[in-house]
Amino acid sequence: MLRRLGLASADELFADIPPDVRMRSILDKGMTEKDTVTKVTNILNKNTTASEIPSFMGMGSYRHYVPAAVDHITGMSEFYTSYTPYQPEISQGMLQALFEYQSVVCELTGMDAANSSMYDCATALGEAARMCGRIYKGKTFLIPEALSADRYSVLKNYLVGTEIKIERYGFDKKTGSLLLSDINAAVSKGEVCGVYTEMPNMFGCLDKNAAAIKQMIGDVPLVMGVNPLCMSIVRSPGDMGADIAIGEGHMMGTRPGFGSPLLGMFACRQDHVRKMPGRIVGLTEDSNGNTAFCLTLQTREQHIRRSSATSNICTNEALTAVAAAAYASILGAKGMIDVAKRNMERARTLMSLLSKMKGIELVFDNIHFNEFVIRLSKDPAEVNAGLLREGVMGGVPLKGHVKGMDDCMLMATTEMHSEKDYILLADAFRAVL
Amino acid sequence: MFVQSRAPTKIIMNDEPTKVGDTYVPKELKRETLCLPNLPESEVVRHYTRLASMNFGVDNGPYPLGSCTMKYNPKYADRIASLQKFTDVHPYQDVSTIQGTLEMMYNMERKLAQISGMDAVTLQPAAGAHGEHTAMLMVRAYHESKGETRDEVIVPDSAHGTNPASAAMAGFKVIEIPSAPDGSTDMDALKAAVSSRTAAFMLTNPNTLGIFEKNIKDIAKTVHSAGALLYYDGANLNAIMGITAPGDMGFDIVHFNIHKTFASPHGGGGPGSGPVGVKKKLAPFLPSPIISKVKDGFVLEPGEKHSIGKVRAFYGNINVVLRGYTYILRMGSDGLRNAAIKAVINSNYLKELIKDVYEVPYGDPKKHEFVASASKLKKEKGIKASDIAKRMIDHGIHPPTIYFPMLVDEAMMFEPTEDCSLDDMKRMAEVLKTIAEEDPEIVLNAPYNASVSRVDETKAAKDAITSVRYMNRKA
Repeated sequence: MLRRLGLASADELFADIPPDVRMRSILDKGMTEKDTVTKVTNILNKNTTASEIPSFMGMGSYRHYVPAAVDHITGMSEFYTSYTPYQPEISQGMLQALFEYQSVVCELTGMDAANSSMYDCATALGEAARMCGRIYKGKTFLIPEALSADRYSVLKNYLVGTEIKIERYGFDKKTGSLLLSDINAAVSKGEVCGVYTEMPNMFGCLDKNAAAIKQMIGDVPLVMGVNPLCMSIVRSPGDMGADIAIGEGHMMGTRPGFGSPLLGMFACRQDHVRKMPGRIVGLTEDSNGNTAFCLTLQTREQHIRRSSATSNICTNEALTAVAAAAYASILGAKGMIDVAKRNMERARTLMSLLSKMKGIELVFDNIHFNEFVIRLSKDPAEVNAGLLREGVMGGVPLKGHVKGMDDCMLMATTEMHSEKDYILLADAFRAVL
Repeated sequence: MFVQSRAPTKIIMNDEPTKVGDTYVPKELKRETLCLPNLPESEVVRHYTRLASMNFGVDNGPYPLGSCTMKYNPKYADRIASLQKFTDVHPYQDVSTIQGTLEMMYNMERKLAQISGMDAVTLQPAAGAHGEHTAMLMVRAYHESKGETRDEVIVPDSAHGTNPASAAMAGFKVIEIPSAPDGSTDMDALKAAVSSRTAAFMLTNPNTLGIFEKNIKDIAKTVHSAGALLYYDGANLNAIMGITAPGDMGFDIVHFNIHKTFASPHGGGGPGSGPVGVKKKLAPFLPSPIISKVKDGFVLEPGEKHSIGKVRAFYGNINVVLRGYTYILRMGSDGLRNAAIKAVINSNYLKELIKDVYEVPYGDPKKHEFVASASKLKKEKGIKASDIAKRMIDHGIHPPTIYFPMLVDEAMMFEPTEDCSLDDMKRMAEVLKTIAEEDPEIVLNAPYNASVSRVDETKAAKDAITSVRYMNRKA
C-alpha cells in the first residue's frame, strides 16, 4: 500500500506534524483478550450488586425485570453497530424501530409528536425549558421544590446563556402535593414561560393537583415529567393539558448500570413539533409509494442551522429507545398495566410494614406509585451505613435534594422485590434504629 | 450480491385499546385505556428480526462514514459491559459497594488524560456534542472567575456543526472564520478575529478536510496571547492518538468520543460518551462529583467551589466508558498508535484509488479521512453526491458522509478506519468508478437492492408524522 502511495515509510504521512508536538514515549503494551477480560472482571467484582443484597434506591434509576427478548433484540448487531440513520434506504430497520419508540412515548404521554430520545430526563428538562422560551413569552421557568438535585443542577446549566430564570413552587407538607396557590401567584405576575411538574412527583405521590395546573395557567406551556411505567395506569400529560411531556425511560428494558444508560423521553403537541430539539423520525413513502421512514425536520438541527439550531444534540440514546420500544411491545398493554399495578401494590405493602416500626414515620398522606418518603429518628446516612452492615441497601437520603428534609429518605420498591427482601429490610431497620 | 429484505412494512403499534381496570390510582388521575400491542413474544421477536435485516451496521460491511470513525466494535467489550457486577448497581449506592466501578472510572480518566496530554478528565457528558456544551460552560465559568466578560467563540468554517451550536447554546456569539486556500486555519483571519472578547477558539486537528493544522503552535500562541482558550474537538482523534496529543499542541480543553475513537458501538445513534479533558487551570471548573483516590480505595467528592455542577443525572454513560476502557487496555498505547497509523494509511490509499475519478482537493497527505467531490460528475452527467451515495447502497457499502464540510462542492467524506481491509478498499474504489461510468439514469434512481427505493424526505418534513397516534388521528 505504501508503494502505491509512493512512500518509503508510514512516517511520511505524518511529516506535517511538527517534531516538537510528537509524543515521545509509549507507556504500555496491549494485553490478550483473555487477560483484558479477566482484569476488568476482577475490578468490577469489587462492586456489590442489588442481586446480592436487596436495595431500595430509586430517584431516577430503577431496577425492573428486563425480559430476555429485549436483550436479544438490542443485541442484534445490525442495530447496535449502526450509526445515526442519515441514509434512510440502508437504515429502515432502525428508523422504524425508533418510529415505534416515538409512538410508544406518544401513547404513554398522550402527545402527538416525539423525538427519538434525549440523553436523560434531566437534560430533557433543560431542553424543555429552552423550548418553552421559544414557544412562549416570559423569562421565568417554574419548577417544584421537590426536584432531585441532579435535575436542578442540569437544568441550571442548560439555561446558562439564556435569559430564562428559575423560580420554585412549594408542596404541602402533609400530602406532598404541589401548591397550586404558589403556581398561581407566580404565573399571575405574567413573567412565566413554562411550568414544570412531575407525575409521580419526586416523593412518589400521584398528585391530583397536577391535573388542575393547566386550567389555572391557561396559555403558559405546561411541561410534565413522567415515569412511563406509571403512565400505563395514570392519565397522560396530554390528557391533563400538558404541552410538552418528558420522562426518564431507562426502566423500560435497561438496568440501573450505575445510572447508565438513561433515556430522556421528549414529546409535545403537534403545534410545537417544529420547535422540538433532537433527532426525529418521520413517516413517509419511497418512490414506489411504499411506507418508509427517515430522519425529518432536520432544518432545526446543528448540521444545517449551526449556531441557530434548536439544540446541539446529535448522538442520543437510540439503542436505549429501541430497548424501551421492545419492552413495551413484549409486555404489551396488558403486561405494562400489570407491572404498574404490581409496583403500586408493592409500595403499599412496604409502606404498611414500615409505618408500624419504631423510629420510622411515613411523611406524606397520599397515594404513591413505587416510591415514598420516610422520616427517621436517626441521621439517614448513618442509618444507611447501619443497614448495609445488616445486609441491606436503604433508600436515597433527601439531604441535598429538598430543603428541610435532612431527616428523610426516599424509598423505592419494584416487582423485583420479594417478601423476603421486605423482612430483611424490616429486621435491619430494627437493628439500626 | 447485497439484497435487503423487502417484505411489506408492518407497524405493530396500532392495536385496539386495552382496558386498564381497577387500580389504586385516585379517580381524578385514573387512565381508562392503553393502546399498545398485545402480541405473542414470538411475533415481536420476528418483527425486530425483520427490522434488523433492513438495517446496516459495521458488522454488515464497509462503513466509511466520514467524521464518525465506524471501526469494528470488539465483542469482548460487549461481554464486559453486560456483566451483572456492572449493570446491577445503583448510582447512589454506598461508596464501599461501588469500588469496582469507581476504580475503572478513575483508571479511564488517567488513560484519557495520558492520551490527550491533559491533566484532569470528567466522564459525565453523554455524547460528543454534550461534551462540547460542557466544555463551553467551563470556558464561560473560567473567564467569569477572572472577572472577565468574554462573549465570543471563534470557529473555522470547516468546523463540525455541533461546534457553533454548542457555543451558541452556552450563550456565546459565534464568529466563523474562512479557511485558508490550503484548507487549514487562515492565520490572518484568526488574528483579525481574536480580541479581548474572545472566550475560545474551537478546532479539530486534523480538521474536517483531513488536513493536519501545521501551524498549530502559532494558532495556540495567537489564541492564548488574547487571553482566550483553545478547544479541541476530539471527533478526529483517531488520526493522531499515540502520535501527538492535543495537550502538547497547546490545547487547553478537549472532548473525546468514546463511541468513535475507542470502539464502543454507536447503537444506531447512541448511547455515546463524550468525556472532557482539561489542563490544570480549568480543573476547578469540572462538573461534580470528582473521583478521588484515597488510602484504601476511591471516593466521590463534590466538585470544587467553581465547579459548573452537573450536566447529566448521575455520572455519565459509564456503560460506554467501560467498553472504551476495556478497548484501551486491550490495545495498549502501542496498539492505539498502530491503529492511528493504519487508519491514516487506509485513508490515503483509498484516496489514491479514487482521485482520478473524484477530485480530492486541498493537498496531501490526508490523515484518517478525506473529502472527495462529485462536482465534475454533477456538471457532466447530472449526478450528485447524494445519488452516488444511494447507488453505493446497492453494492452493500455504506455511503460516506455527504455535503460536509460545506466548503467542498458536492462533498463526499470518506473515513475507512483501520479496520477496512485492502480488498474492501479496492472494491469500494471499483464501485465508485463503475458508478461514475454507468448510465446516469441508473444512478439517479438508485437504490434497487435496499428494503425501500428512494425515500421521499420532503414529504416526511411536510407531513411531520412522528407517531402512530398522530398518523391515526390524521387519517
